[in-house]
Amino acid sequence: MSTLTEAPPPLAPQAPEPKAPKRRGRWTPYWLLLPGILWLLVFFALPMIYQASTSVQTGSLEEGYKVTWHFATYWDALSAYWPQFVRSVLYAGTATILCLLLGYPLAYLIAFRAGRWRNLIMILVIAPFFTSFLIRTLAWKTILADGGPLVGALDTLHVLDVTSWLGWTAGDRVLATPLAVVCGLTYNFLPFMILPLYTSLERIDGRLHEAAGDLYARPWTTFRKVTFPLSMPGVVSGTLLTFIPATGDYVNADLLGSTDTRMVGNVIQTQFLRVLDYPTAAALSFILMAAILLMVTLYIRRSGTEDLV
Amino acid sequence: MEQYEPDRLSPAQVAAMRRSFRNGRAALTRRSLLRASAGGALAAGGLGSLSACGIPAAGQSQGGVPAEDRSAKEKTVNFSNWTEYMDVDDSGKHHPTLEQFTKRTGIKVKYTEDINDNNEFFGKIKPQLAAGQDTGRDIIVLTDWLAGRLIRLGWVQKLDPANLPHAYANLSAQFRSPDWDPGRAYSYVWQGISTVIAYNKKALDGVEVKSISDLLDNPKLKGRVGFLSEMRDSVGMTLLDMGKDPADFTADDYDAAIARLQKAVDKGQIRRFTGNDYTSDLTSGDFAACVAWAGDVVQLKADSPDIDFLIPDSGYMTSTDNLLIPNKARHKTNAERLIDFYYEPKPAAELAAYINYVCPVDGVKAELAKIDEDAANNPLIIPDKAMAAKSHAFRSLSSKEETEFEEKFAKLTGA
Repeated sequence: MSTLTEAPPPLAPQAPEPKAPKRRGRWTPYWLLLPGILWLLVFFALPMIYQASTSVQTGSLEEGYKVTWHFATYWDALSAYWPQFVRSVLYAGTATILCLLLGYPLAYLIAFRAGRWRNLIMILVIAPFFTSFLIRTLAWKTILADGGPLVGALDTLHVLDVTSWLGWTAGDRVLATPLAVVCGLTYNFLPFMILPLYTSLERIDGRLHEAAGDLYARPWTTFRKVTFPLSMPGVVSGTLLTFIPATGDYVNADLLGSTDTRMVGNVIQTQFLRVLDYPTAAALSFILMAAILLMVTLYIRRSGTEDLV
Repeated sequence: MEQYEPDRLSPAQVAAMRRSFRNGRAALTRRSLLRASAGGALAAGGLGSLSACGIPAAGQSQGGVPAEDRSAKEKTVNFSNWTEYMDVDDSGKHHPTLEQFTKRTGIKVKYTEDINDNNEFFGKIKPQLAAGQDTGRDIIVLTDWLAGRLIRLGWVQKLDPANLPHAYANLSAQFRSPDWDPGRAYSYVWQGISTVIAYNKKALDGVEVKSISDLLDNPKLKGRVGFLSEMRDSVGMTLLDMGKDPADFTADDYDAAIARLQKAVDKGQIRRFTGNDYTSDLTSGDFAACVAWAGDVVQLKADSPDIDFLIPDSGYMTSTDNLLIPNKARHKTNAERLIDFYYEPKPAAELAAYINYVCPVDGVKAELAKIDEDAANNPLIIPDKAMAAKSHAFRSLSSKEETEFEEKFAKLTGA
């Protein structure tokens, strides 16, 4: 790896005319790109190729695995585990919509109304990250415990009757049901929604609101015609940052869910580590990747937002 | 109801939570997924290079592959163990028994708690062992089925009985000859783990639980029963309940046990299949009763008067965590001396008093009574005759059976 230690070609010591700077070496941009490219190659491209290879291998631990171009693994994996795929997309989609509904008002508040409280609220949004992801998810087990005050209140108000009827909860409990998993996902990924929303809302020029008011737009119309369209980059990047990791998440389904709430992340984990069926696990990962890539492409096309970052 | 307070979690609970995650979160982080989707197309171009990859067959060697034994020159031994599986003094910094060993033999122990989960650890050491390289570890501790797999793959070394006089003399009869390592040629037991039924008296509210059948069938417990995500424990207990012997069952028996569990899952009787995190469900009362590991129950019982355990009449499962010396380990003799040290009654008693698992060493009771009278009389730590008679082990599985059975169990637990 001598390329890493080589410095870029030095500039000429003293240019004769200071006004016309000497053209830098033609290779400079490539040298600057080199660390990034090497990083991608070692930590992205190679593992991808390795996984792709694994997905078309057959064999066993004792006999070793050989590439036999057994593409049927993909079909078998998909036909065996399509319910988990559908469930992952459904849960992640619901969580993303909930995050948007919860996150947008909050981001709006921080950007336009918080005043001197702005920094404090921002800290409150980020603060949970100082605790481990696991601990935070486990905290939900206490919040939603069967005998806990929250579930007791929901039961008294007959909310649980409605959610049970919809199939979101089971009987008089919330834990180990789809609702608990979606709640966990929503909670865990909410900051990823709020932060991009806040950044794009904060960038909006306040005078635009005044101008809208001058043109007799009511607050709701101003929001609909001015603020929301201008915040679209935030909405798109927020939904992506929430939806993509939520689809692959398996911690929430494992801790807050039950047997009928397992997501595709759980299947991949089980296949890879317990069943030791590496080809199926690799194939599932690729199917998940392809599915997400497809959905995200369609979504970005439709939302027409090219300038995300 | 007790409020959640992060600072009240004991290190043991945190370790248990971490342990219950088969492979951490690293497998599916946001970055890896983003990265993955960003360059999905890139991989398509690399298809041609795919056939160059492949995983070589596991090197099958009888007796393991030794390296030059540097034990005499380098007075050190690298010991990899599970978290919370060694005695610690009050300051939390010293391991008294390990220090005694160093004092007596002059061998320094590099003790690392880097095993959180069998499957995860297997994934970690597999590349080196498959390639015939040193893992940097002289002793590892693995649960019996994985220990059996490593022996089958030829990845661990045969022990030299000459260095193990105490271990040979003091190993309890119950653990002497498992079918995956007859005569203990490759492994010695670190601790035994009993699988029992635990319950929360308050949550049971007078419902009587005596057997696995009660857990699976009693409608009063619907949605408040937990089973373990460890296949051998959950299926083993069910097999016992059905009158089958987990040490000698057929594929049909296995399917019948899975079907029995499936029925309970379908009617919503079983709430969850859990790893170590069942302890929080049980203390909060979300589980009224569950299949549990006795070592945990001893500790839970000490913290909460509502928690207790029972041994079903049909018997209970006992598995073991085993000390093994991986191939190419550099300090084999030192490692064997350390194994032997823990088979002397005194260090074994000190360890048992601290960690509350089944002690595999004979003649410990008197020593343990000097430290902790209750522990010495606890059949979960020193099994008495009646207790030992009810203990059963899960038979070892061939590689093909293992994949097949785990696959069926995975389907049962949701995937």
